[in-house]
Amino acid sequence: MNSDTGNEVLISAENLGYTIRGHQVLDAVSLKLHGGETVTLIGPNGAGKTSLVRILLGLKKATLGEIYRKPEIKIGYVPQKLHIDPVLPLRVRDFLLTAGRFDNQQLVVVLEEVQMAHLLTSPVQRLSGGEFQRVLLARALLNRPDVLVLDEPAQGIDIIGQQALYRTIKHVRDRHGCGVLMVSHDLHLVMASTDRVICLNTHICCTGHPDDVSAHPEYLKIFGQAMEGLAPYSHHHDHTHDAHGNVIPLAGDSEPGQHEAGSNDR
Amino acid sequence: MIDDFIINALLAGVALAMVAGPLGCVVVWRRMAYFGDTLAHSALLGVALAVSAQLMPILGVVFIGVVLAALLFWLEQRRELSADTILGILSHSALALGLIVFSIIQARVPGIDLMAYLFGDILAVNQTEIVWMYIGTIFILSVFAWLWRALISISVNEDMARTDGVNVSMVRFVFMLLLAMVIAAAIKVVGILLVTALLIIPAASARAFSSTPVQMVLLSGMMAVAAVVLGLGASFYQDLPAGPAIVVAAALGFFLTRITSARF
Repeated sequence: MNSDTGNEVLISAENLGYTIRGHQVLDAVSLKLHGGETVTLIGPNGAGKTSLVRILLGLKKATLGEIYRKPEIKIGYVPQKLHIDPVLPLRVRDFLLTAGRFDNQQLVVVLEEVQMAHLLTSPVQRLSGGEFQRVLLARALLNRPDVLVLDEPAQGIDIIGQQALYRTIKHVRDRHGCGVLMVSHDLHLVMASTDRVICLNTHICCTGHPDDVSAHPEYLKIFGQAMEGLAPYSHHHDHTHDAHGNVIPLAGDSEPGQHEAGSNDR
Repeated sequence: MIDDFIINALLAGVALAMVAGPLGCVVVWRRMAYFGDTLAHSALLGVALAVSAQLMPILGVVFIGVVLAALLFWLEQRRELSADTILGILSHSALALGLIVFSIIQARVPGIDLMAYLFGDILAVNQTEIVWMYIGTIFILSVFAWLWRALISISVNEDMARTDGVNVSMVRFVFMLLLAMVIAAAIKVVGILLVTALLIIPAASARAFSSTPVQMVLLSGMMAVAAVVLGLGASFYQDLPAGPAIVVAAALGFFLTRITSARF
């Protein structure tokens, strides 16, 4: 991997392994996230993306390996599938205030960054999927994070809205100069806004610039069917997510052909 | 002519309502109704143990609450049984154990009345107890206010709260202690079997008329106070059992709010 170019390492992981009830979720995963850099974790369902993110955030303990987080690091986290029960009366304003003490002006500033300032007093349960994801992003920005961690930030949004959201994320990163760690299961949507892609399927299959990864044999083996048409990919993904059938033969035969990282698989 | 005992009952009931209403909102937000019920049922065991050790009953209730929370935490680790099943087991075994210990000490401690603990005995509160209840109310509300933002934050999403630096386990533990204290105080008023009602019914009634968490907490407190006043009034004038009358007043309030909020 490129050695540090002056950008400090915000989070790094060395040889992570995670096993739950005899099931290997993560195996020998190493990665680094630098300031100002957008890294996208991509992989089929069940590949261990969310587990990896939760371990990096310190929400879960890895079975093996080392984690480093910059001391006093501030993380803005957008979890996957956040559901707020309707029994909790919460306007966007109250929701943002769960992140800390802020005056109205500060709330409006972060909402403007995601084009949602008009929703300040709307109940959160009445927002559309896209509006809510943007409000989550605004909340993550309130504490001036060193790194934004976004787990499937575009779920439940139509294609146009997804592209707009990724543009907003890129814009926000450029303004704040923070690192971004994103989880996605669709490389093509995030290609334009990401610096580096890590293709995960229990272990790291391949990593690198989005163009390189999208042409990488490991990537094609996992996402092969999805590459054939221009139609929405998500349905195909659901059917190729059976990791074990794919991964085990792959890990054996194509190891030498890998470029960049992934080098730590045995 | 209003007697002292009814004034005392009102004072005690209002003190309790002022904490049960607000804390009940968090119970409802965090779906802890069944946990509250389990805590209440196990309180009898706490009372019985405290009485046999010649300690204040509240100490026994809080102690059992902590034991229960630890047991729940340990049993949930294995994930084979869902939380409601585990709570159902703990709740009823604790109540059964409490009844057994109670029957043993009943033979030794004269004048201790099981029914007073099961259904409350608010008309028997004395002035010392009232003073303690108000001290407790001020203490509980202060801690509640101190934890306020963290409580909302963990009600929204615990992972997000944790990455914001909230000590989620600490907040949960302290809230559980507060809840155990409220339940200990509520035993005197509505009794072990009806405690949960005073926590969740006013909160549920308040939801329809609130658009912020603060509004809901204030409204829930007011609804709880109203239920206590109406219930005690009905109990005094119609000679009804006080605890059940308070709960029925709260329930009537709930259905009334359902009907009125459905109109809008």
